[in-house]
Amino acid sequence: MAGASVPLGLLLLGGGRAESPRDALREELLLSPLPSGDLAATFQFRTRWDSELQREGVSHYGLFPKALGQLISKYSVRELHLSLTQGFWRTRSWGQPYLQAPAGAELWVWFQNSVTDVDKAWKDLSNILSGIFCASLNFIDSTNTVTPTASFKPLGLANVTNHHLLIYAVLPREVVCTENLTPWKKLLPCGSKAGLAVLLKAERLFYSSYHSQAVHIRPICRDASCLSISWELRQTLTVVLDIFSIGQGKKDWSLFKMFSRTLTEACPLASESKVYVDISSKDQENELLEVIPPPLSTHEAAVQGERKTYAVYDLLNPALFNVSRSLNVQLKWKRPQDGCYIHFQPAQDRRRPHLLEMLIQLPANSVTKITIQFERALLKWTEYTPDPNHGFYVSPSVLSALVPSVLAMKAVDAEQSPLFTSLFPSSDGTSYFVRLYTEPLLVNLPTPDFSMPYNVICLTCTVVAVCYGSFYNLLTRTFHVEEPSRGHLAKRLANIIRKLRGVPLL
Amino acid sequence: MAAPLVLVLLVAVTVRAVLYRSSLAVFISERVEVASPLNAWKRVVEGLALLDLGVSPYSGDVFHETPLIIYLFHFLIEYAELVFMGTLKRSLSPYLPFLVFLLLLFSLVQFKKQKLLIELDQYAPDVAELIRTPMEMNYIPFKVALFYLLNPYTVMSCVAMSTCAINNTIIAFFILATIKGSAFLSAIFLALATYQSLYPLTLFAPALLYLLQRQFIPVKMKSKDFWVYAVQYAFLYLGSLVVIICLSFFLLNSWDFIPSVYGFILSVPDLTPNIGLFWYFFAEMFEHFSLFFVCVFQINVFFYTIPLAVKLKEHPIFFMFVQIAIISIFKSYPTVGDIALYMAFLPLWSHLYRFLRNIFILSCVLIVCSLLFPVLWHLWIYAGSANSNFYYAITLTFNMGQILLISDYFYAFLRREYYLTHGLYLTGKDGTEAMLVLK
Repeated sequence: MAGASVPLGLLLLGGGRAESPRDALREELLLSPLPSGDLAATFQFRTRWDSELQREGVSHYGLFPKALGQLISKYSVRELHLSLTQGFWRTRSWGQPYLQAPAGAELWVWFQNSVTDVDKAWKDLSNILSGIFCASLNFIDSTNTVTPTASFKPLGLANVTNHHLLIYAVLPREVVCTENLTPWKKLLPCGSKAGLAVLLKAERLFYSSYHSQAVHIRPICRDASCLSISWELRQTLTVVLDIFSIGQGKKDWSLFKMFSRTLTEACPLASESKVYVDISSKDQENELLEVIPPPLSTHEAAVQGERKTYAVYDLLNPALFNVSRSLNVQLKWKRPQDGCYIHFQPAQDRRRPHLLEMLIQLPANSVTKITIQFERALLKWTEYTPDPNHGFYVSPSVLSALVPSVLAMKAVDAEQSPLFTSLFPSSDGTSYFVRLYTEPLLVNLPTPDFSMPYNVICLTCTVVAVCYGSFYNLLTRTFHVEEPSRGHLAKRLANIIRKLRGVPLL
Repeated sequence: MAAPLVLVLLVAVTVRAVLYRSSLAVFISERVEVASPLNAWKRVVEGLALLDLGVSPYSGDVFHETPLIIYLFHFLIEYAELVFMGTLKRSLSPYLPFLVFLLLLFSLVQFKKQKLLIELDQYAPDVAELIRTPMEMNYIPFKVALFYLLNPYTVMSCVAMSTCAINNTIIAFFILATIKGSAFLSAIFLALATYQSLYPLTLFAPALLYLLQRQFIPVKMKSKDFWVYAVQYAFLYLGSLVVIICLSFFLLNSWDFIPSVYGFILSVPDLTPNIGLFWYFFAEMFEHFSLFFVCVFQINVFFYTIPLAVKLKEHPIFFMFVQIAIISIFKSYPTVGDIALYMAFLPLWSHLYRFLRNIFILSCVLIVCSLLFPVLWHLWIYAGSANSNFYYAITLTFNMGQILLISDYFYAFLRREYYLTHGLYLTGKDGTEAMLVLK
C-alpha cells in the first residue's frame, strides 16, 4: 500500500490533470533452428501499461486490452498466467524450451491481499476467462484446482506471503484450435493486421508439432528505482514447425515457407518490433547457417546457460525495407565438410584439359576415397604420337595439406637455420605444409589402323554410293513391261553355245 | 484388340524392368551402339552436376543436350525427390518414351482407311488381292506396337536410359499430329524434334505433302493454294523453332548451347565408335579434306528430300518412312534407338512383302551384324586380338544391310503402285507372261 500513495502524489504534483497512463508495445519474434531440423518460432507481444489498476474508475484503455484490464481490477488479480497448448515439447530432440507449458489448459493466479473469498473470485474469474478465450475453462472446479505451497512463486513484483492467494488449475483435456487463437489475436493492439501478428495464420500454426499460446499478466517495476508499478501483459505464442510436413524434407526455412506470409511493416503502435534468428553454431554437425537477407546487426546473449548469437532484424528500421517491400527471412544450411570449395573446369577436346580442385576437411581416423570417371575419345590418326601403343598418360593428382603438428614449432629465421627446415613457409607454429603426388596413370587405348586411310575412304564412300545408286535408280527410272527381244550379239552367241550343250535357250 | 495390346504392354514393361534390375543394365548402358555422345544418360547426369556446381554445362565437351532437356530432367529430379524420395527419377526414365509411342498406332489405321477411299476408283479391275482390307488393317496398330515395344533395339535403348527415346517420342507425336491433320501441333512437334537433333528438318516436306493431301490441295507449282498453305506451315514451323531457341537462350542466359549442340552434330568432332559411317572415316581422313567430307556427309542426309518429294508426292507417309530411315542411317551419331524408330513402321507395309526381293538375306545380315557388334568390340578393345578394322567392317555391313532394306521396300512400293494402275497379271504383246523391269 505504501507504493500506491507515491504515484498518487506524483499525479497531484503534476497539476491535477488526469493524464492517461502511458503504455508501450514491444513485439518480438524469435526463430530458433532445432537440432532435429525443425524450427521453433516464438512470438512475444508485451504491452506495458504504466497505471495503477487498483483504483476504480480507470476508463482510458489504450494498448492494454479492456477485457483484461477490467478483469484485473474487478477481481483484484495480482498475477495471471493462462496457457493453452497442443502437443508436447520433445526436449530430447529439440533441446531446452524457452517457455514450456503443459498440454491442455493451465491457469494459475495470484490474488491481491484484499481478496477475502478466494474461491468465489476464482470461480468467477475462470468463467470469465472461459468466455474471453472461447476455451472450456468453466470446467475448472474444486476437482482440478489446488493451492501450491512451494512452487509457482510470483513472477512479478510481489510482497505477498499468504499462499492461500495462489490458485492453480490444469485441464489436460483441453484442445486448442482456431477458436482460441482468434480471441487471443484480438487482444493484440494491432490485431492481426500489421506487424508480426500478420504471420499468425491458423492454417499454418495448427499444422505443427507443438503449439502453445499464453497470456501472462504481472506487475513490474516501472523503472530502476522501482518506486511505481506498471502492469505488464505478455502474450506469447510458441510453435514448432515440422521439417517433413512443412519443410518438405529440407532444412532450409523461410518466413514464407513457414507462415505463407512475409513481413511488410511493423505494427504502427509498437515502440519496438524485432525479429531474432538464432545463428549460434551447433557443434554436432559443423554446418553453417546462412541468413538471407544479411542482418543489419547481431546480438549476443547468455541464454539458459549458453552464449548464443542472434541476427536482429529491426522492422522499425527503414533500411530494412530498402531492397524490397516485404521481408522474407530465409535460413539456409551450408555443409562445409563436403568440399566447401569445388572448382571444376571441364576439358575441351584438343584445347584444354580437365581441372578439378577441391578443398576438403578430412574427418579424423577415417579414409576418404575420391574417384573420377573419365573417357578418352578416339583420336584422328594424325593426332597419335609415333608410338601409340605405348599408351596415354593421365597426369598425377596433387594433394596439398596443412598437417597439424604435434610439436609446437617456433618461428625460425630462414637465414640462421638449415636449409631443410625452411623449404615451405609456415604461417604459424601449429601446422606444417606438405605436398604429395599420386602416380601417373598409363592407359593403353585402342588405336585405329594407321595403314588404312585410303581404304577406309574408298569403302565408306562405296556404301554411301550404294545408297545413292539404289535411290537414283528407283527415283529416275520407271517400270516397263519387258518385251522379249531378239537379243544382241552376245545373246546370240550364248544361245549357239547353249544349243550345242543341249541347255534351254535364253 | 485392346486385350492383346495390353498384354504386349505388360510383357514389354516386364522385360525392361527385369533387365533394368539385373546386372546387364550397366553393361548395356556402356555399349557404344546404344549410347552415343549425343544421348548417353551419363552425360546428362554430368551436365546436371555441372549445372548444380554453377559451371555452364556446355563449357566442357561432354554434354551435348539441349537446354530444355536439362531443365526437364532438373525438374523431374527435384519433383521426384520431393514425392518419391529419389527413386522415381531412376525408375521412370526407362518407361517414359515408349508409353507415348502407342498413340501413334491408332492414327496409322485412320490414315490407311482414308487413303483407301480416295484411290479405290483409280485402280485396274483385277487388283483386288492387292488392296488391303479393313480387316487386316485392324491389326496394324497391334503389330506396330509389337515391333516397337519388343524390338531388342528399343529394349536396350530403354534400359540404357538414353535420351534417344525422348527424340523418338517427339517424332511420334509429330507423326500423330500430322496424321490427325493439325498443322499447328505438327509444326510445333517438328520444331521440337529439329531442336533436339537437327535432322528432322527434312521431315518438313512429307508433313507438308500429307497436310496438303488432307486438305485436297493439289501439289502444283503454279497453284496459289499450294503456296499459301506451304508458306503458312513454314511460318508456323519456323516461328515455333525461333520461340524454342529463344526460350533456351533465356533458360541458360547464353548462346553456348548452339555450338555445343548443333555445331557438334554438324562438325562431328567426337570420333567415338558407333554404328554409323562417320567415325572411322574421319578418324582416318587426311586433314586437308576433312572439312570437305564433313560437308559432303551432312549434305548426304538432306539431299534425298527433294527427289523423294518429287517422286512420292502422292504417298507422303511412305516418304516420311523413307526419310526417317535415311536420317537414322546417315546421321552423325546413330544409335540402335534411331533404327528401332523406322523399323516400327515396317508392319505398315506388310502388304509389300510379296514384292520384296532380298528380305531374307537382309534380315540375316542385320541380325548377324547386331550380334557381332559386341563380339568384335570386345575383341578389339579388351582382348586386343582384333583391331579396329573388324568393328568397322561390321559397321559397313550393317549400314549396307539397312540401305538395301530401305531400297528394297522402296522398290516393292513402286512395283505395287505399278500393278495397282496397270493390273496384276501382265501380258506381253503376244499374250505370254511378261516381266517387269526398271528402265
